[in-house]
Amino acid sequence: MSTISRWLSRNLLRVYAAFAFTFLFIPVAYVFAFSFNDYHRSNIVWRGFTFNNWLHPCDALEICPALGNSIRIGLLSTLVATILGTMIAFALGRYAFRGKGAINTLIFLPMATPELVMGASLLTIFLAMGFNPGFWTVVIAHVMFCISFIVVTVKARIASLDPRLEQAAMDLYADEKETFRRITFPLVAPGIAGAALLAFSLSFDDFIITYFNNGADFQTFPVFVYTHAGRGLPAQANVIASSMFFIALFLVVAGQIVGNKRKVKA
Amino acid sequence: MAAIAPAKAIRSVTSLRKKVATPYFLLLPGLLWLLLFFVSPILTTLSMSTKTVKADSGSFDQTYVQNYHWANYWDFLVESRPQFIRSFLYAGLATILALAIAYPLAYAIAFKSGRWKNVLLVLVVAPYFCSFILRTMAWKQILSQDNFIFKALQSLHLVDSSVQLTSNAVAVVVGLAYNFLPFMTLPLYSSLERIDPRTLEASGDLYANGFTTFRKVTVPLSMPGVVAGTLLTFIPAAGDFVNTEILGNSNTTMIGSVIQAQFNETRNYPKASALSFILMITILVMVLTYVRKAGTEDLV
Amino acid sequence: MTDASTSAKGDLKLSHLTKSYGDFNAVDDLSLTIPEGSFFALLGPSGCGKTTTLRMIAGLEEPTSGTLHIGTTDITDMKPYRRPVNTVFQNYALFPHLTIFENIAFGLRRRGISDVNEQVNKVLDLVELPHLAQRKPTQLSGGQQQRIAVARAIVNRPALLLLDEPLGALDLKLRRQMQIELKWIQTEIGLTFVHVTHDQEEAMTMADTIAVMNEGKIEQMGTPADLYDNPKTAFVANFLGQSNLIEGTIVGSDGDSHVVDCFGQKVQVQKNRSVAKDSSVLFGIRPEKIRIHPSTETHSGCLLTGGHISDVSYIGVSTQYQVEMPWGQELMVFEQNDDGIPPLAKGDAVNLTWESVFSFALDGNQDATAGSEVSPDEEE
Repeated sequence: MSTISRWLSRNLLRVYAAFAFTFLFIPVAYVFAFSFNDYHRSNIVWRGFTFNNWLHPCDALEICPALGNSIRIGLLSTLVATILGTMIAFALGRYAFRGKGAINTLIFLPMATPELVMGASLLTIFLAMGFNPGFWTVVIAHVMFCISFIVVTVKARIASLDPRLEQAAMDLYADEKETFRRITFPLVAPGIAGAALLAFSLSFDDFIITYFNNGADFQTFPVFVYTHAGRGLPAQANVIASSMFFIALFLVVAGQIVGNKRKVKA
Repeated sequence: MAAIAPAKAIRSVTSLRKKVATPYFLLLPGLLWLLLFFVSPILTTLSMSTKTVKADSGSFDQTYVQNYHWANYWDFLVESRPQFIRSFLYAGLATILALAIAYPLAYAIAFKSGRWKNVLLVLVVAPYFCSFILRTMAWKQILSQDNFIFKALQSLHLVDSSVQLTSNAVAVVVGLAYNFLPFMTLPLYSSLERIDPRTLEASGDLYANGFTTFRKVTVPLSMPGVVAGTLLTFIPAAGDFVNTEILGNSNTTMIGSVIQAQFNETRNYPKASALSFILMITILVMVLTYVRKAGTEDLV
Repeated sequence: MTDASTSAKGDLKLSHLTKSYGDFNAVDDLSLTIPEGSFFALLGPSGCGKTTTLRMIAGLEEPTSGTLHIGTTDITDMKPYRRPVNTVFQNYALFPHLTIFENIAFGLRRRGISDVNEQVNKVLDLVELPHLAQRKPTQLSGGQQQRIAVARAIVNRPALLLLDEPLGALDLKLRRQMQIELKWIQTEIGLTFVHVTHDQEEAMTMADTIAVMNEGKIEQMGTPADLYDNPKTAFVANFLGQSNLIEGTIVGSDGDSHVVDCFGQKVQVQKNRSVAKDSSVLFGIRPEKIRIHPSTETHSGCLLTGGHISDVSYIGVSTQYQVEMPWGQELMVFEQNDDGIPPLAKGDAVNLTWESVFSFALDGNQDATAGSEVSPDEEE
């Protein structure tokens, strides 16, 4: 009896995990497979294998500009949100001051508000102020919803920092600025990098908020995909989505390997 | 001694002022951003939600007057009641489904994966980088009657052509669960991973069998992850309209679809605003009740 | 950063130092002089205020009142990075992202010292770990990290080196070895060491002078031998080793000695070994100073009679007896196993004797068990 239950607890879980991963990856595999489809108008029916889409990813109209927009918006909003969010995280993690509770709530609220509501509300105010929706309204929106994620991630990293390290630096003749520059910041930096990566991926794949605030003449890659879904999506979209997937996978795995190597070498 | 005293007093005052000012200086830009582009839009939405259409305005470029017509809320709530109920029902079911898939998965990664741990974690997040709309559309095509999977099932006589695998409520719920699975798995993993395996051994040592250990030790210790994961799944799922647009039919529309259509197509901003507000408040109330019930206040 | 303050030299003087948290005084009006070049230990149970005192000396905690001087320089309001003081932290606080070399060089670089390489290598030789210079702290064993933490502090040649339970995380064997090494380093470089610990054995092994702290105050200060042989309070008598303290009354005088009545039996204590304020005393004698005899033998001199052995523990080098006296108190007796006589048995009737020079008398108006219940190995 105990051997059976042990076998189950050991292997049922593995089988289950394998099924879960299959579930996660079926659509990715499908997207990848159909990036080689010799499509005509719409990319729904398999018409034959071709490398054409991979060789000419920009042949489909508007797709490469949309991708470019997504990347530019991702980088810019990540940069701004990371700076603003990290500053807030340090204030919350390192100082005691009045109104801290209220600020914690304000940081939490955007994460508890559906994107749809934030997107729609922002559009209302842009229209009221006479802003023309476009590149900048999307950047503003993305920075807004990324800040909270940055604050939460970086704050957790600051909280896990041993205060004795900073005290040791002060004890070793480093003044407040030097202590921050040589000890606090380098130790929090991995957390900031992780937060920035999260912000970029949230921004890059965001559809709902963007869809409300992009205006008529400006589109990101997810918006392109959504709006072309009805009229037939080119297989180039599959090419781009697959490449993003592989690039991300490659970067993370490479980062892991480099990190491991450094650990072994040092 | 007496001559030193005043100088000392001044020094401590300035250092105190510096200490007080620094956090506010750090907070200022970020909070300003949130006030301008999160709080003020929400307030604008609130104000918009009680306006009514001006009688003599044209059909396309409508203008609105503020006459504090709070009845908007009731009217629109009644009108969109099915969509509201559907949104919370689908989001709730999708959250339960995602929890059922993610908990064993997170448990397996945390305790059974050995040196593959990091690789598996990356794999959980990786699909996220392959555009989520494309993946949702992929599901639709995979499950459609034209696809070989359906044809295979058909040839095995498991389904006949009257069965629809997509364009129904089940497909929408599964799609929602699928899309937010990483948001469920990661918090679960991080709270499970923090459990010291020795506490599980200790429980076994104190005559608890595997299941009792799981129920009495593992589950309570992973509660913060469960709370965070279910919130991160439920909140976006309740406001989503992409899954139902792609995987559903006209009888599965959720409140997100209504709001989206009111904003982008019908341009009835008061209605869209009132519905947004109802959605947000309902979710907030549910979240707060849930967080208090689950007893974890340290989410932020 | 070569201002006058960092070159301050001389004795460390704490005057009326107080640290309060609300109504609670963690350190209570502490005055103390630590002579230059000494190895000084602050010894006490957890929560006695010793770590708070150390952190105030380091500048990591601001005193509520009182002053700190090194020589003639007032360092009370000086920032930690301006004080000629370095600390070896509990759990070491080595910078995890820097190599061992850069950890040690940290203080030198901040002060703009020119021959960093030479000084770091010299101190690495001193702690015998030159081969680890390019490693990261997490790759070192506990003992190695401990030595690097010491090296990182002493390379700066501070006027004062503070050690906050530096050996607490090491196992017993390594702790013994490091005690000897630290003592050696201190004599080698001649710095003033202030060492905080709850381990009385550690304090006695290393320090020239020990201050025993309790509830924010110093109970007694002196050399290890002085504290052990002449405790002035029940707390010190019980916290440093063990003591038998018996309530008694001074009833007369016999030459250089007081005659003390302990529950009807007369014992003597030398007048110069008594700190009693009035006739009410606690008569004290250390367990290992007592000889135990079967009641059938007759003895004269310092003697308590009518005891019964209630417990015997044979621990090889000695035998520990608990003896129940007629008035109900249990006394401890440690007998060296050096006389070939088999130990006495539980229930035996016994008499206790000792040399009169070993007994002492404390003020009777205090708790006789103070300091005996606090576990010395408790973590701070």
